[in-house]
Amino acid sequence: MNLNQLTLIETKKGLEEKKFSSVELVKDCLEQIKKVEPKINAFVSLNEEGTLQWAEKADEQRKNGNNLPLMGIPFSFKDNFCTKGVKTTASSKVLDNFIPPYDATVVECLKKAGVLIIGKTNLDAWAHGSSTETSDYGSTKNPWNIGHLPGGSSGGAAASVAADEIIAAIGSETAGSIRQPADWCGVVGLKPTYGRVSRYGVVAMASSLDSPGPLTKTVEDAALILEIIAGNDPLDATTSPKPAEKYSQGLNKSIKGLKIGVSDEYFKDVNPQVKEKVEAAIKLLEKEGCEIVKIKLFPPEYAISVYTILQRSEVSSNLARYDGIRYGNDRTFFGEEAKRRIMLGTYALSAGYYDQYYNKAQKVRTVIVNDFNAAFEKVDVILAPTNPQTALPVGATKDNPMYGEKADALVEPSSIAGLPGINVPCGFSNEGLPIGFQVIGPQFSESLILNVAHKYQMLNPLYKQKPNL
Amino acid sequence: MKLTPVIGLEVHVELKTKSKMFCGCSADYFGQKPNTHTCPVCLGLPGALPVPNKTAIDWCVKIGMALNCKIPLFSKFDRKNYFYPDLAKGYQISQYDQPFCINSSIELKNGKKIGIRRVHMEEDTGKLIHEQGSSLIDFNRSGVPLVEIVTEPDFESADEVVEYLKKLQQIVRYLEVSDADMEKGNMRLEPNISLREEDSKELPKYKVEVKNINSFRFVDKAIEFEIKRQTEELESGKTPTQETRGWNETKNQTISQRSKEEAMDYRYFPEPDIPPIRWNQKYLGELKSQLPELPQKKFDRFQKEYQLNPYDAEILTRERSVADFFVEAVEDGKKLEISPKQIANHIINKKIDVEKVLPAELIKTIVGATQTITMDQGELEKIIDKVLLDNPKAVDDYKGGKEQAMNVLLGAVMKAAGQKLDTNKVKEKIKERI
Repeated sequence: MNLNQLTLIETKKGLEEKKFSSVELVKDCLEQIKKVEPKINAFVSLNEEGTLQWAEKADEQRKNGNNLPLMGIPFSFKDNFCTKGVKTTASSKVLDNFIPPYDATVVECLKKAGVLIIGKTNLDAWAHGSSTETSDYGSTKNPWNIGHLPGGSSGGAAASVAADEIIAAIGSETAGSIRQPADWCGVVGLKPTYGRVSRYGVVAMASSLDSPGPLTKTVEDAALILEIIAGNDPLDATTSPKPAEKYSQGLNKSIKGLKIGVSDEYFKDVNPQVKEKVEAAIKLLEKEGCEIVKIKLFPPEYAISVYTILQRSEVSSNLARYDGIRYGNDRTFFGEEAKRRIMLGTYALSAGYYDQYYNKAQKVRTVIVNDFNAAFEKVDVILAPTNPQTALPVGATKDNPMYGEKADALVEPSSIAGLPGINVPCGFSNEGLPIGFQVIGPQFSESLILNVAHKYQMLNPLYKQKPNL
Repeated sequence: MKLTPVIGLEVHVELKTKSKMFCGCSADYFGQKPNTHTCPVCLGLPGALPVPNKTAIDWCVKIGMALNCKIPLFSKFDRKNYFYPDLAKGYQISQYDQPFCINSSIELKNGKKIGIRRVHMEEDTGKLIHEQGSSLIDFNRSGVPLVEIVTEPDFESADEVVEYLKKLQQIVRYLEVSDADMEKGNMRLEPNISLREEDSKELPKYKVEVKNINSFRFVDKAIEFEIKRQTEELESGKTPTQETRGWNETKNQTISQRSKEEAMDYRYFPEPDIPPIRWNQKYLGELKSQLPELPQKKFDRFQKEYQLNPYDAEILTRERSVADFFVEAVEDGKKLEISPKQIANHIINKKIDVEKVLPAELIKTIVGATQTITMDQGELEKIIDKVLLDNPKAVDDYKGGKEQAMNVLLGAVMKAAGQKLDTNKVKEKIKERI
């Protein structure tokens, strides 16, 4: 087994016990990248030399008895995270020449923990999409079948983890952008509560929804990363003052008697194979002692309309700064999808339409929030498929502008409500494509959903299966 | 057709907080090298987020309180979307439908009340510099806190507007939240002017806004110019165009900038990067208790407490520093029996620079000017007795009720003493001896 195939916890242990060096680890990762990148195109840019140099320094530090929690471990970062001195494009040619003079808070936290930035991963341009097909730097392919999409917008991040190019990845979710590609690529993806992880330095998509989070091989890995990146940030006024928890410590707690809510609304129009695997997962958790409770949730399709209005509106404002005066490339460099979103959002916010669209969407948002609150009075967590179907073939988004929203139907309601959710792989389709489920919890219940997800993963450790690339 | 002007006013006041509205950069940009007071936030770089400046918000609320506004318990920031090269983010963070302070009025000398619609908080933009055929942007001013004070269209003349502006300037200076220096652009004025028929109650169907005015003199001129221009149009049967005009200093006239057809739709929506603000009464109470005594109150008190006439009281309360200086001088003067009126006269007539002189020094000067060398009482009495003996007529006249006779005696005593004495004290002594 090569070092790049290790989980984060295994890597950390191996380095601390000096079973291997950071340089060896980085070399294995770079070798894998060299091997699979031509097939999957997970990265927009790579920092091979720099990472090796940092790895050498990390090894030296370790030799001198110094240590940091994640010292010398290579991560990939979605290319919408500002990285000081390293080009950050958000996969749009508009920012083709943009080298940020500062680090996003998440990047800074991880750098301080010793993480190495091996490269920046591909996404749908500006994170607009669920396929990476709107990227100006070519689509990423699904490592399990390169004729299929990885999902998105954190498609590059998910693929880089699934293909073992790196140890762990950082992505961001607005509505589905972590969980959906994690699902399609068969990895763990954690979308924290809105306000749990700082957005500072993440190229804004929909500001009232954006949530940075990890994509990893295991739930344990995600918990460890969350410990490092969560917490109040004086640079982001929307982060919660609640202190971050020791998320890795409660993972093995018993889940006997835990009430898991399941709603039929989330199983409608779901591919039979997906349904079968998710139902099997529910059975397994029931056997573990969880109580499965039937609940009725507000139909998720309403969330699509709400999300579309709110997100497009915020996008139209957030992208206004790329007005051609700075950043080199002007507005003609915006792709079709960005233009569509800017136009729709501009329209929705225009005088006379604001009440009809934006305001109304905010009201329905409140209805959705209340619906979840009511549900969490009856159950501890909610379990549902992450995506109605397995990874779609490359090209599926063509002539289908609402493709992304439909693909994200099952994750949009919880995103709109600002809730945390985690994707856990639970099987493969007949075609060998990954299938996952999501666990959704109340706000700031990351410890709880990680606990449930970890317990399941221990019963069904699919992360040990690797794609054949 | 008799026409009455209908004038409303928007005033922007730049606060003198240490840091900018949404980042830690220094807000003291005046005269600094371009783009040296900037960071990702005020440059609007990708991913940067605004974090509101608490002091600036407190100060905005204090301005509202000083103007007697209502302070709603819930408020929020909104995005005002428009394109201009000096606007780093493509939108300005401002307040739309729920500003910090609302509904009040200010009374003018003629007893008329000018309604204040709202006082809200926003951020300043960068500055464009057009030089040698190229345009440059200086972002030092980008994100400096601005408070906007909007009145109802209650003014009917340029004089009323100027009086209101002076009052407003005085209040923000009293609060010490802004220098309100017009020349530095700390205070910017935008009157909107239209005319209605005298007996009509309705507002005119058009409105002309004048921008870029940086002095009270120009606001006066611009309003007069507009009244004349619009009167001429209306009298020739036309309705003036709804538009934005700019004041041109060199031509001494307003010039059309943008008409209604090009009016902007700012697409306001709640700023998602900043949580709404919820006040509690206790905190607002604390802010209120921090307000200094305001000009009007001080003016009234000075007349009552120090027996000053309105003229003196007005001059002394114009600036808080002068008023404070006066009060301190009065305190210092008490022991030396210098009256508040003497101090007031001295400050006003000698145009004392309160920045350069200490109140105690002023008292010394006054003492010097009215030098009352305390003479040995026995000696003084001797002199007085001699004068009384030498001037029996004057003594009789005085006893007979002729007050002027006292002056003859006083003059004689002073002359005999050969020194400058406190006339009041000498007078008393003479009365005693008669």
